[in-house]
Amino acid sequence: MMTRPRLREKAQVLDDAALDRALTRIAHEILERNGGAKDLAFVGLRTRGVTLAHRLAAKIAAIDGAHLPVGTLDITLYRDDLDMRGAPVVRGTDIPFSIKNKAVVLVDDVLFTGRTIRAALDALIDLGRPLMIQLAILIDRGHRELPIRPDYVGKNLPTSRRESVAVRLREHDGEDRVVIEEPEEA
Amino acid sequence: MGWTRKDLLSIRELDAAEIVLLVETAASLQEIAGREIKKVPALRGKTIVNLFYENSTRTRTSFEIAGKWLSADVVNFSAGGSSAAKGESFIDTARNIAAMSPDVVVVRHASAGAAEILARTLPCSIVNAGDGAHEHPTQALLDLLTIKEHKGHFEGLSVAIVGDITHSRVARSNIHGMRKLGMTVTVAGPPTLIPPFVQELGVKVAYRLEDAIRDVDVIMMLRLQQERMSSGLIPSLREYSRYWGLTLDKLRAEARPDVLIMHPGPVNRGVELSPEVADGPYSVILDQVAKGVAVRMGVLLLLAGARGEAA
Repeated sequence: MMTRPRLREKAQVLDDAALDRALTRIAHEILERNGGAKDLAFVGLRTRGVTLAHRLAAKIAAIDGAHLPVGTLDITLYRDDLDMRGAPVVRGTDIPFSIKNKAVVLVDDVLFTGRTIRAALDALIDLGRPLMIQLAILIDRGHRELPIRPDYVGKNLPTSRRESVAVRLREHDGEDRVVIEEPEEA
Repeated sequence: MGWTRKDLLSIRELDAAEIVLLVETAASLQEIAGREIKKVPALRGKTIVNLFYENSTRTRTSFEIAGKWLSADVVNFSAGGSSAAKGESFIDTARNIAAMSPDVVVVRHASAGAAEILARTLPCSIVNAGDGAHEHPTQALLDLLTIKEHKGHFEGLSVAIVGDITHSRVARSNIHGMRKLGMTVTVAGPPTLIPPFVQELGVKVAYRLEDAIRDVDVIMMLRLQQERMSSGLIPSLREYSRYWGLTLDKLRAEARPDVLIMHPGPVNRGVELSPEVADGPYSVILDQVAKGVAVRMGVLLLLAGARGEAA
């Protein structure tokens, strides 16, 4: 097993109210950019992207009255670093609607190198031919290694590579909060 | 936790957590069979060799499909059309195949322990696809996945395994798996086909079909290997079928209304299963075959998808 250094919290980036405001703004931007909710669908990346996708869908339901479908994407089988990560853990893709001719909003919590999104695009396109794919991200922390940019961003957060960004959500972690963590000095 | 083994040789060597990991990985891969494009890139660039010294339809085909759906290159080697027919020994053939650097070799052989010998000899991952009367781990895993999907859990379920227990690697792998997962197992069959001391595997023994199938959650009927008749272990097919064949009447009289009927195939219709039972509402036989592909994808993925860490 790879041993990771212990992390300690360096700073809080978003509290629960700020996180909620960011999602509300993204929901409005999605509706504005697409001229309403027609033919839109959400696909969240496991695990926290799925939770954020459900929250965005709920926001859009509250604003517009439209109930958009939400799917779950597991990109394990599409990773370019499968060989370097030890035994893969596959938790399954579940998209119970056709993405054909839909504008799919891909949702993830943190955008970093862009490799996860590259894998997600491949995985999504294997499932059908969407009309377009847009990318919604809660935290964009920079350091891209691929030409990928998000369409909707909760917060741009310049970080150093040794730091990590933890998005904590009520459904998984009991609180809504985003923090920067850094390795404890040895 | 994660998968750490190089090979999958038997269910006996696994612990409950490893069995559950294999079953859950397979469960989440089932979705691929329903896609328009049945291919994911997970094992792109990996080579899988199917080394089959015994006949097989389901197992070889499903390993081949599983490998291809994961984008691996799959090569089939069957003893009939190979140098084995010219007298090359098993180990020599295996070493020659290993020299072509496959990532996984899937082996079926009539001798118990064949897969283990390969695992000790070759650097690549070995999957046992049936070795003599020893084990057939991927069959047990697909049986367990089928049970899980229909019953929702393992703990506390009761299973009857009926037929030629002595010569059945399917029975052996299933008994180990089911016991580790907290299920109760009863084996049943004519006394000549029940191995002595089978109770030491933690199973009960019944010598009447009716006693075995009463109140169980799952009935697993084994194929009667017809060559057993010539070796004097059963008097006649007709007698076997009469006492040990599962018919609708026996099922209605003794079994629970929600019982699952399983069979590893190929079915001798009218011998161990009457056609009404094989095709009836309790039967999940074709579901087992479909799950076979998902299970083999899961096994190949866990073995071949993790080599970077071991290296």
